[in-house]
Amino acid sequence: MSDKQLQLWEVFTQKKTGMSFEHAGSVRAADKEMALLNARDVYSRRGEATCIWVVPSECISSSSPEDIASFFEPSDDKIYRHPNFYKTPDGIKQV
Amino acid sequence: MNKDLFEYTLRLGDTSLILSQRLGEWCGHGPMLEEDIALTNIALDLLGQAKAFLAYAGEIEGKGRNEDVLAFHRDANHFRNLLLTEQPNVDFGFTIIRQLFVSTWQHYLYSELTHATDKNMSALAVKSLKEVNYHLRFASDWTLRLGDGTEESHQRVQAAVNELWNYTGDLFEIDQVDEALLKLGIAADMKKVEASWNKHIRQVLNDATLSVPEINNFMRTGSRKGVHTEYLGFILAEMQFLPRAYPDAKW
Repeated sequence: MSDKQLQLWEVFTQKKTGMSFEHAGSVRAADKEMALLNARDVYSRRGEATCIWVVPSECISSSSPEDIASFFEPSDDKIYRHPNFYKTPDGIKQV
Repeated sequence: MNKDLFEYTLRLGDTSLILSQRLGEWCGHGPMLEEDIALTNIALDLLGQAKAFLAYAGEIEGKGRNEDVLAFHRDANHFRNLLLTEQPNVDFGFTIIRQLFVSTWQHYLYSELTHATDKNMSALAVKSLKEVNYHLRFASDWTLRLGDGTEESHQRVQAAVNELWNYTGDLFEIDQVDEALLKLGIAADMKKVEASWNKHIRQVLNDATLSVPEINNFMRTGSRKGVHTEYLGFILAEMQFLPRAYPDAKW
């Protein structure tokens, strides 16, 4: 393994056209073209994707663990925020 | 049986098989995880092509030899792979230049063969071409980055170009097999393939700030007749050991 690591990229793959992209993992590459080829080789070797996005990892902003209380807990005790009382029509998938 | 078609199909199958075996040597040794997987992916694509072409060759021959028998029970002088494919990996740059030369050749050759009057041949070409297009993109992109990269990467890939250039004449040698099949509309017109190959390779090398060796250089040829470099015997010794030592071995 090289001791000089190339730039880190996050890989998102889409299973089928129209579906949302899901985080698949990360690769290292020197530029976006090579990142795309590497992502294809690492994360879609067995037909897992129909489209791939690569994004420089440094471009992603993430909430931090300290934010959990103020970000996410307020919604936990308010049952009226959840659409539990609606019925999903038959035949609807991917919800 | 059509002896020429058997011979021609064997050449395509052996070329993919031996390059696949060479690339497989990178498994677990790539310069980084991504490239390790990329090279072995290409190896597996080529193995699939080899399997299909050799199976078809066995069918044409009609003597009951399937793809396994052809791969594991022939000696070096019966192999028809390009001399380029048996050259050692040396380093990542060398491997990339070898891939660039062979993938470019396969790209233009298979493109021609998609119009072959032999249905099996054209179907195999269509299927293989999709894979080769990716290999070509991979090898071309890396050649640009290594040639126009650091001083060391430039020097290493230039050394690879200079050394492997001597085996590129072998890519376009034409014999009576090509001539006979060309008349039947089965074989690729190697004059066309050579012109397209030269154009693409010169473009990529030029963009990568690499120089193209003098055309007058001595060219090492012989793959069409089964005359190989010293490396093929060692490759076969490793590749064929198991099925020869344990003929009944199963997965």
